[in-house]
Amino acid sequence: MKILVPIKRVIDPYAKVKPLDDGTGLNLSGVKFEINPFDEIAVEEAVRQKEKNPEIQIIVVSIGGPESEEQLRKALAMGADEALHVETTDQLDPSIVAKELTAVVKEQNPTVILLGKQATDNDNNQTAQMLAAQLEWPQATFASKIEFNDGKANVTRETDTGEEVLAIPLPCVITTDLRLNEPRFIPLPGIIKARSKPLTKLERQTSDQPRVEVLSYTAPPTRSAGKKVATVDELIAELKSKGALA
Amino acid sequence: MNLLLIAFDSEDAVTCAAFGQSSNHPFDILQLTGLPATNLGAGKVISLDLPSLPPADYFAAALKPIAESYDRVAAVSSMRGKDALPRLAGLLDWPMISDITEIVDEKTFIRPILAGSILTKVQLNHPKAFLTFRPAGFPAPNLAGESSVESVSPGWKGTSKRLSESLSEGGRPDLATAKVVVSGGRPLKDAETFENLVGGLADALGGAVGATRAAVDSGIAANELQVGQTGKIVAPDLYIAAGISGSTQHMAGIKDSKIIVAINIDGDAPIFDIADYGLVADLFDALPELTQKLQK
Ligand SMILES: Cc1cc2nc3c(=O)[nH]c(=O)nc-3n(C[C@H](O)[C@H](O)[C@H](O)COP(=O)(O)OP(=O)(O)OC[C@H]3O[C@@H](n4cnc5c(N)ncnc54)[C@H](O)[C@@H]3O)c2cc1C
Repeated sequence: MKILVPIKRVIDPYAKVKPLDDGTGLNLSGVKFEINPFDEIAVEEAVRQKEKNPEIQIIVVSIGGPESEEQLRKALAMGADEALHVETTDQLDPSIVAKELTAVVKEQNPTVILLGKQATDNDNNQTAQMLAAQLEWPQATFASKIEFNDGKANVTRETDTGEEVLAIPLPCVITTDLRLNEPRFIPLPGIIKARSKPLTKLERQTSDQPRVEVLSYTAPPTRSAGKKVATVDELIAELKSKGALA
Repeated sequence: MNLLLIAFDSEDAVTCAAFGQSSNHPFDILQLTGLPATNLGAGKVISLDLPSLPPADYFAAALKPIAESYDRVAAVSSMRGKDALPRLAGLLDWPMISDITEIVDEKTFIRPILAGSILTKVQLNHPKAFLTFRPAGFPAPNLAGESSVESVSPGWKGTSKRLSESLSEGGRPDLATAKVVVSGGRPLKDAETFENLVGGLADALGGAVGATRAAVDSGIAANELQVGQTGKIVAPDLYIAAGISGSTQHMAGIKDSKIIVAINIDGDAPIFDIADYGLVADLFDALPELTQKLQK
């Protein structure tokens, strides 16, 4: 069984990011970059599946600028076997990424594609579902538990009302949610050691241009700190005066 | 410019009509379950009248021929919308814009990125698109006219099988549309304490219950209660946050609340920077006192 794990390099989810003064972009000076946390959960899940079934082969792939190599190296250090890097500095959108991934899938023939439900930079939550549609593979999004048996994946997924369990035949696309696992910590020497694992550079296979363009970036209206109250009674009185309590 | 709104049930149809009316375009509603919402100003209501919602592969294959004839197809950005709509967008190879909070014009929209810390203005460079939107940005719809109903039974095709499913328990109002939300964080210790203290106050106020990721991850609260960047977005008249530090990811889900109350033992917690009323107190004292005084 081959698991393909697409990963994205994103702005550190804990960084406080501001727009540039002229609104044409983001001020990224001093900002760190990480593997999208949901993709990191996907890598971790693939590695845990491999620990149960050593026949599993894990390939990670990233589409992005030269810096994305750093995130691929980290995924290799976590336990992926091989990395692919579709190196491009082009502007991308989820539908382009899905098409590029489709091209990789046609070459690699994975049994399972496991990736984050959303990237924490653009928060789109689209790529995996678009990819599944293009491949005409079944999908299970927002997974909190995954079991493979008999050519099927049984996936517990988070829903608006709780959980459901879907059985989907392989090959399939699965997206990870926060509760699936907690990724292992990789010390720096581990990342350096993973340098011997194969990392192959690829070229873009499509020439699509983004069909959604960002015109401007602004800071949202801020809420300001209100009033500190000293007691529960004072809080109730304030809320009543504002009509927030009957 | 014609717009199709996909409503998963009758309640969803009302939220969809809010977006449809705000867009100032004529719109139809495609409703998957429940009585067709014919009084919300839709041109027509395409009613599927299903006993339950199909998995995304069935959904997308069946709805593709209907969606194709519209310029815009939109749904609420709930988890079911986020699951199914991009698949349909992938089948039709249309672009998609997620989590719209404001319509500028038919090609231009406002949407948050980076856990709501930045707003972007985005423009479509394509005649057709899928959209999801956040309910908070769009005022409740006016009742209007009598829409015609078209019953359709599309062909269902797919390979997923649902083995089990938990349904909403009822009792408390829906988190995403509740007027009052009481949420609890990590210090609530265990599920029983959470239910007694946070659930107790919510019930006294007739409100819904929410939680932080930390509370959900440690098994104190159910996953569908998570509020924030990767959980539910809420916009109640009153949001009470108890034992919640105020991470960017949590605030992303509560910013549109009218009044935010924070109860935290640490006077320097970041939640106080955005709270309208802050009470520096131990929640194990403050929540029961508040509940007791409000029950009377
Ligand atoms: C990719 C990603 C996505 C995420 N998505 C979400 C999301 O959707 N929603 C979300 O909530 N988080 C999300 N998080 C997690 C987020 O970063 C925070 O870790 C989380 O919100 C913290 O939860 P908390 O406030 O309950 O816990 P803490 O940050 O530990 O805060 C607990 C607070 O309780 C106070 N306290 C302790 N004891 C008491 C007491 N007795 N009485 C009163 N106050 C007390 C403390 O002073 C503290 O301020 C996400 C993180 C990542 C990386």
